[in-house]
Amino acid sequence: MGRSLSRKTPRSQISTYLLRIPALLYLSMMIIVPLFVIIQDGFREGIPGLIHQITLPIAKHAILLTLWTSTLMTIINAVFGLITAYVMVRYEFPGKRLLNAIIDLPLAIPTLVTGIMLVILYGPQETLGNFLLEKLRLQIIFSPPGIVIALLFISFPFVVRNIQPVLQELDLTQEKAAATLGASSWQIFWKVVFPSLALPMLSGSLLSFSRAVGEFGAVVIVAGNIPLKTQTAAVYVLGAVESENRLGASAISILLVSIALIILITANTLHRHWGAHR
Amino acid sequence: MNTAKKGWGAWLLISVVILYMGFLLIAPISVFVKSAFKDGLSPVWQSIIAPSFLGSLSLSVLIALLVVMVQVVFGTLIAWVIVRQDFWGKSLLNNIIEIPFAISPVVVGYMLLLLFGRNGYLSPVIDWLNIKVAFAVPGMFLATLFVCLPFMIREMIPAIHNLDQQQELAAATLGANQWEEFWRIIFPQLKSAVIYGMTLTLARALGEFGAVLVIGGGIQGRTETATLYIFRSLEERQFIQAYTMSIFLGAFSVFIVLVADRIKRKSKINRFH
Repeated sequence: MGRSLSRKTPRSQISTYLLRIPALLYLSMMIIVPLFVIIQDGFREGIPGLIHQITLPIAKHAILLTLWTSTLMTIINAVFGLITAYVMVRYEFPGKRLLNAIIDLPLAIPTLVTGIMLVILYGPQETLGNFLLEKLRLQIIFSPPGIVIALLFISFPFVVRNIQPVLQELDLTQEKAAATLGASSWQIFWKVVFPSLALPMLSGSLLSFSRAVGEFGAVVIVAGNIPLKTQTAAVYVLGAVESENRLGASAISILLVSIALIILITANTLHRHWGAHR
Repeated sequence: MNTAKKGWGAWLLISVVILYMGFLLIAPISVFVKSAFKDGLSPVWQSIIAPSFLGSLSLSVLIALLVVMVQVVFGTLIAWVIVRQDFWGKSLLNNIIEIPFAISPVVVGYMLLLLFGRNGYLSPVIDWLNIKVAFAVPGMFLATLFVCLPFMIREMIPAIHNLDQQQELAAATLGANQWEEFWRIIFPQLKSAVIYGMTLTLARALGEFGAVLVIGGGIQGRTETATLYIFRSLEERQFIQAYTMSIFLGAFSVFIVLVADRIKRKSKINRFH
């Protein structure tokens, strides 16, 4: 790409490095140095010290809570993201343009504000929250369902926006052929359409999972900060920093960073893989 | 597409989507707007004219604008290097630039605290230079810079990919120097991507909370940004103050992202005609 066009004069050689060196320096100062520091700090007392911090009851509960709420969110988000993308691409209906614009709002609204919105809606003062609490004995705020709803709100766009462009470019002739051969629309969807959407759906889901594991603003407002009950891993790190529990903060941070990195690399690899097949 | 005949299955799917988005997104947003103006406009106005409201809002705007300026320069530079240059470790770089999206903001703030805080790894340097980074505005600026890093790069990479290289060659043949070439030929083609990337960065920077809370500490009147003001108001049960600032931040972020979306769509349409 562009190689045949580039001019190999001495002047452009110099400017190549004039651009490359500051770019790489900036990235390594901004990203690699902080990552390195946190790993160095967390392993100060070796791997046993790290494991000890992670398996302390309060920390362990926070980590497990984070993982199961994020997993549940990811499954719901994948299903509804798929349906939403399908409906937005394939059907026309009144209000579609408005809904399509709303999909991106969670990316624009600060997550702290998202938390406040959910507290108002599901809190006991509001009709819906009151109804759920009194009639169904279902507590949303300051309990795990609130965490799942908050995570669903902030990660809604990831799966939808990953599937939409792929679905738009999908070749309709295969579907038409299948229909001519007498396949039902259910069969057509699962056998013809879904296989091309599976990878973008998976990579979008992975992105939303990694986002959810680290989410702080919305969760701290909706779930509060109750150890062994609603405290998530990110909120635990905040508590550890405030109480100067440096080893604990570093250990849980390393765990969060590792989860994020593994998922990110998997998602990027998938993305490249499916990009190559298109 | 196949819009002519819609079976019950189609209508079922459409209603599922409308219900889901209604519950998940529309209901919280509308209830929120309603309850912020519940007691009329005068308590809203009372909280706006308080000095801590305007002070924290202007600190947020200041940090966000600085971040946008740095990000425009370095984001474009990094994207340029990634698209136009080949070097060892480039594929690793593609993974690295996404890292800020995946790391928890609390961890971002904590990493900076480890670097610049009391007994931090860089504290000798900081002491020698006699500047304060942790629990001060420079640290909050760095934290916001970190979390916003990928936006500009991700917008610029496809834009630089799509540049018309014939024009650059023609300009060079006609004797334009690289500076002229950039401003006359390249920049006009990148303008809409730059604006879109700036907008996303600005919205994200204004809404940043976890990272600036950890590194800044939220000291009222000194390191309190708009989001930290909201957090403190909630803890002090000053709900109208919290809601007013939330409305400000939320409406502004939504507004600029929608405007940027329009700009982006327009430039796409122009390209195809």
